[in-house]
Amino acid sequence: MRLRTAAARRFAGALPSLGVLAVLALALAGCSPERYPQTALLPLSDFARIGDDVQDVTFYWALGVFILVEGALVYSIFRFRGRPDDPEPSQIHGNTTIEIIWTLIPALILAAIAVPTVKGIFETNQTPPNSMKIEVIGHQWWWEFRYPDAGVTTANEMFIPQGKTVEVIISSADVVHSFWPPRFAGKRDVFPGRETRLWWKADSTGLFPGQCAEYCGIQHARMAFHVRSVSTSDFDAWIEHMKTLGPKPAAKPAAAPAGDSLKTASAGATAPPGTAQQKDTAAAPPQGPEYAAGEKLFMTKGCLGCHSLQAANAPKGLIGPNLATVGARSYIAAGWLANTDENLERWIREPQAVKKGVLMPNLGVTADEAKALRAYLRAHK
Amino acid sequence: MATTAIDQHHAHAAAHAEKTGLWSWLTTVDHKRIGILYGATAFFFFLLGGLEALIIRIQLSRADNNFIDPDTYNQLFTMHGTTMIFLAIMPLSAMFFNYMIPLMIGARDVAFPRLNAFSYWVFLLGGLLLNASFLFGAAPDTGWYGYANLTSRQFSPGPNADFWNMGLQILGVASLAAAVNFFVTIVNMRAPGMTMMRMPMFVWMSFITQILLLLAFPVIAVALILLMFDRFFGTHFFIPAGGGDPLLWQHFFWIFGHPEVYILILPAFGIVSEVLPVFSRKPLFGYAAMVFSGVFIAFLGFGVWSHHMFTTGMGPIADTFFSLTTMLIAIPTGVKIFNWMGTMWFGSLQFKTPMYFAVGFIAMFIIGGLSGVMHSSPPADLQQNDTYFIVAHFHYVLFGGSIFSIVGGAYYWWPKMFGRMLDEGLGKVHFWLMLIGFNLTFFPMHIVGLNGMPRRTYTYPKELGFELLNQIQTAGSFVLGLAFLVFLWNVIRTSRRPRNAPADPWNGATLEWSIPSPPPEWNFDTLPKVSGRDPLWDEKRARGGQMPEPRAGTGAGIHMPNPSYWPLVTAFGVAAIFVGIMMLPKWGPWGIIVAVALLFFGLYSWLFEKGYSEFTTPSHGGH
Repeated sequence: MRLRTAAARRFAGALPSLGVLAVLALALAGCSPERYPQTALLPLSDFARIGDDVQDVTFYWALGVFILVEGALVYSIFRFRGRPDDPEPSQIHGNTTIEIIWTLIPALILAAIAVPTVKGIFETNQTPPNSMKIEVIGHQWWWEFRYPDAGVTTANEMFIPQGKTVEVIISSADVVHSFWPPRFAGKRDVFPGRETRLWWKADSTGLFPGQCAEYCGIQHARMAFHVRSVSTSDFDAWIEHMKTLGPKPAAKPAAAPAGDSLKTASAGATAPPGTAQQKDTAAAPPQGPEYAAGEKLFMTKGCLGCHSLQAANAPKGLIGPNLATVGARSYIAAGWLANTDENLERWIREPQAVKKGVLMPNLGVTADEAKALRAYLRAHK
Repeated sequence: MATTAIDQHHAHAAAHAEKTGLWSWLTTVDHKRIGILYGATAFFFFLLGGLEALIIRIQLSRADNNFIDPDTYNQLFTMHGTTMIFLAIMPLSAMFFNYMIPLMIGARDVAFPRLNAFSYWVFLLGGLLLNASFLFGAAPDTGWYGYANLTSRQFSPGPNADFWNMGLQILGVASLAAAVNFFVTIVNMRAPGMTMMRMPMFVWMSFITQILLLLAFPVIAVALILLMFDRFFGTHFFIPAGGGDPLLWQHFFWIFGHPEVYILILPAFGIVSEVLPVFSRKPLFGYAAMVFSGVFIAFLGFGVWSHHMFTTGMGPIADTFFSLTTMLIAIPTGVKIFNWMGTMWFGSLQFKTPMYFAVGFIAMFIIGGLSGVMHSSPPADLQQNDTYFIVAHFHYVLFGGSIFSIVGGAYYWWPKMFGRMLDEGLGKVHFWLMLIGFNLTFFPMHIVGLNGMPRRTYTYPKELGFELLNQIQTAGSFVLGLAFLVFLWNVIRTSRRPRNAPADPWNGATLEWSIPSPPPEWNFDTLPKVSGRDPLWDEKRARGGQMPEPRAGTGAGIHMPNPSYWPLVTAFGVAAIFVGIMMLPKWGPWGIIVAVALLFFGLYSWLFEKGYSEFTTPSHGGH
């Protein structure tokens, strides 16, 4: 028994050095935010920088206090270590002066944090004038983005113009979510029956991840989205393109190209038929029998009950995401599954296996049918 | 005459003889036994909650992992939080309230011994009901904070949220009954001479905790009743389609939830404030400041709830108010930390196991406190909220704080409670494994959190880069698990050893160390007289050395409350009411009617039961 205890004591003695090693390993594990595309530490907008600057102030004060207080604690552990037979130390009950000092110093530090905090609160709550409005609607478990001025709608991939302030008006179709594009802004909760707001002006272009940050049911983890920040001219072109993706005529020949909404939009009586024809072939993606079969399946399998294929004047209140540009998106299934042909077919065939509990049921789509549907959807760009 | 006195003496000795067997535990009203019941039950739930955490950690150790499916994960994280808060930390504190408060204030029991038993049984039944949900594959899955309107029938049709709703209601009854009991005990039952400002700091912090419980739990009870109406009777308090507002739930929840945080941490403050002076051989530094900083923290605790809701967009005025009140709390908290260090400063530090944990507590709690100040600032909190940065913060407070302190308290008071000393060597192994495992598990969470990993997500895509740090966390969590296996081994080994702990193994300052380990049922043969803050130190100093080893008397002439099973019956009545509500759609009102009948039967029998054994003239005076 005694031996075992002695061994235990030796083991206990060796543990602190193991601890130091562990901490070193952790430091080496790399904390640089560049490794994390969804980081909140590399802000890319004016709004995000307000929070980041305040966070830096609090962090450096906290770090200073941490070093001083933990240092004093470690010092006292070694300096005042006693033996059982040491004489009783002097019985100090307190010291008013020093107690007042260590009440006042934290108060002053907090004042130093409070000033930029309050400034930041008022800055972030004030939307700059002349901003572009985008409506964000949270759904279980995907994101709808509506551009009210242009009258266009998309899902899970939010287009924004670089260098222009966007004001985001946020609401929910079902439960509470939280909209969080960390590179551009902090979170804003998403409520049913209540509007919340957020704004920012993006510095740079690119594709940046974000995701829902309030637990909202079984697939909360898979309720992601991307913000695609593009130049103003690209953004305007995108809006113009989206405006053309309007409602389709009810009955269309199965072979009609995906670009046929383009034709509907541009084929006026005044336009020379030749030009329109030329435009069509230029815009239309290569079509095949798969596309035709896919379109038929899309109409008959009930997909339209939940999904819309029109970006312009899209209906509100649908359960599933808008698919007008699904073929062009980088990700499917709400921002986390790469939009490859293979993934798209699997997602169509067995959504419940890919994302358990998602509101899209398994519809008994066969492998061939999935190929056709994939070809049809892929053409929607 | 002399023979009669001796006979009486023997009769009482027999009456107070150690009771054993299951029945004696089911009917006990002894605060010490109830304390042990609380401790054992809470430790079991703590291990269960820890197991849930380990499964969560395995799932998160790889990106896009399929170790468990999403609904299992959601049940596990909900139950982990609910279990650790309501079934582990709170009742572990209750273990010390029960066992130690009467001893520390020089009382023979709590004010209402049967109510005390009732609290325990209600707590046990509430915990069992919550966990029984696993048997039906329907454990709560809406988070420990159960945000509306996800908890509405429309979005949570199953019984999961009902288990949570009813389980929490039952636990609330237990907490409120216990809070009334300890409040009255501390106000009324202190030994002669123990003024409020002479109470041990653990008793002070416990006292404040009871007030918080009394004020905070009714709020969650009301909120849970409203939720029950929404789910069972078609009201729309939290349902926007019917004119309700889910945001209302958040306000209700956090008006309860923030004081709840102090309910979890103040007893831990108290334990550390007992351990540090004893092992520094020096009185607590700044006693009055410690008392009033505790009061101030508790008072402010009711004025900061919306700092959990900065992301809801409350507007600049509300954000500013709640941000500044939150920052204010850092001041009394800082005072406490500095006073603990002031206690150690110039002391003669004796590094026994309880001291390791107390110092570990200070070191870890500082980190949790500082990250807390970081998210008191709304512009920064908009990023931090609902990420792993928050998970890191509150584990530094509740694990690095509460659990370190409670474990330290266990090593400190173990000899008093069980008459056996836990092994020091194993205790130190436990400490180092826990410190390393704790930091490996929770420190990287700060980093992944700020780098974009949200909470309550069953998985994450590989391309977000979170995998490596999550693997380190998972490894750390197993080190933590190992630490508690060492503790379990220590407990088992110790229980096989002779019961030979001295009454005062640490040179204690407070009254519990003046009586045998473990104490007799009646605690004190003669109620002590107190004339200072560290009564036992004062006495030892007056004698010029250690006290002689106390020996328990026979208990003759001391009347103690009788055992009773009516608290247990009544507790079943309370729990059955909530089960009846859950079963309304199936059983109709009959379940509730039977339950209420059982409750009244229990209460009625309790009222007319003879509570105390016959008073007999003491064979010799002085009681």
